[in-house]
Amino acid sequence: MMETITQPWPWYTAGIIIGLIVPALLILGNKHFGISANLRHACAACLPSNIPFFSYDWKKESWNFFFVGGILVGGIISTLYLGSDEAVIVHPDLAKELATYGITDFSGMVPAQLFSFESLFTLRGLVMMIGGGFLVGFGARYAGGCTSGHAIMGLSDLQWPSLVATICFMIGGFVMANFILPFILHL
Amino acid sequence: MENKTTEHANPVDFEVRSLDTMCVNESELVHPWWYNFKYAAVGVIFGIVFIKAEIISWFRIQEMFRLQSFHMYGVIGTAVVVGAISVFIIKKFKIKSIHGEEITFTDKKFNKGQIIGGLIFGLGWALTGACPGPLFAQVGTGAFVILVVVLSATAGTWVYGKFRDQLPH
Repeated sequence: MMETITQPWPWYTAGIIIGLIVPALLILGNKHFGISANLRHACAACLPSNIPFFSYDWKKESWNFFFVGGILVGGIISTLYLGSDEAVIVHPDLAKELATYGITDFSGMVPAQLFSFESLFTLRGLVMMIGGGFLVGFGARYAGGCTSGHAIMGLSDLQWPSLVATICFMIGGFVMANFILPFILHL
Repeated sequence: MENKTTEHANPVDFEVRSLDTMCVNESELVHPWWYNFKYAAVGVIFGIVFIKAEIISWFRIQEMFRLQSFHMYGVIGTAVVVGAISVFIIKKFKIKSIHGEEITFTDKKFNKGQIIGGLIFGLGWALTGACPGPLFAQVGTGAFVILVVVLSATAGTWVYGKFRDQLPH
């Protein structure tokens, strides 16, 4: 049993559990699954600056802070107690491509050669962390949701605008990974 | 604990809320704050799945966008199917929340933001290898530098809010 848990889980196990989060939140309190909204609540709580978009009672959404707090704790529990320290198995083509940029360490979920405090002060790290983070936050709010709110919650509720958003997420990702990222990794 | 009357008397606020993935179907029940721990419990399970299925791995996201692996498509596809069946059952049998409240859904309105914002989000997703949920789980794994990414994403959200009226929707 424990051995099964510490192994990496297959996609269907993960998919079923993530799918069940949708009804779990609805049944626990009529809450709609959506993570990026937390970033907006954080703005509303810390720096509303009289901007209408941030002028609302964020305390009513505080359940969502508990939810992401739980995700963080889940990350800690998983790493400390359920972990396997084995390297992530990377597709050989990807491994070969990444090696040309000097990325050879596949030991963590987050590649330490790209995401670290040292690389934060390099141009590449700056673009990937600060630039990437900014695009994620700006784009998610502009689109009215992220992967959870649109791709999972929105599609589960058969909302066609969410399908449009999800397709655009994928197009943006394809363009970045295949055409732009190679230049950034060369920096 | 909360001031419900002003909230509902303000239609502007409802408009702002309804454009987003926030809960417009606000619960009328007032619970003690610690009731929110039930959502934290769901979050813990979510966080564990994120890590155990390597969904938060930068490499998995790169493989997805290079069509080198079925993994992420399998995860998201299965999640949508399970979610859709669940929502269908909830609607069909008018299942209520554990507090006896009706579960409600709001239709999303289409605007250009879903296209432009969606493309921008996609660029960021492939760059950081994480969407907002996994970012929090990554911090949990001890990658504290990701807090910088979270802060930058919050800044992005703020800038969007600031210039919202000037952007095409």
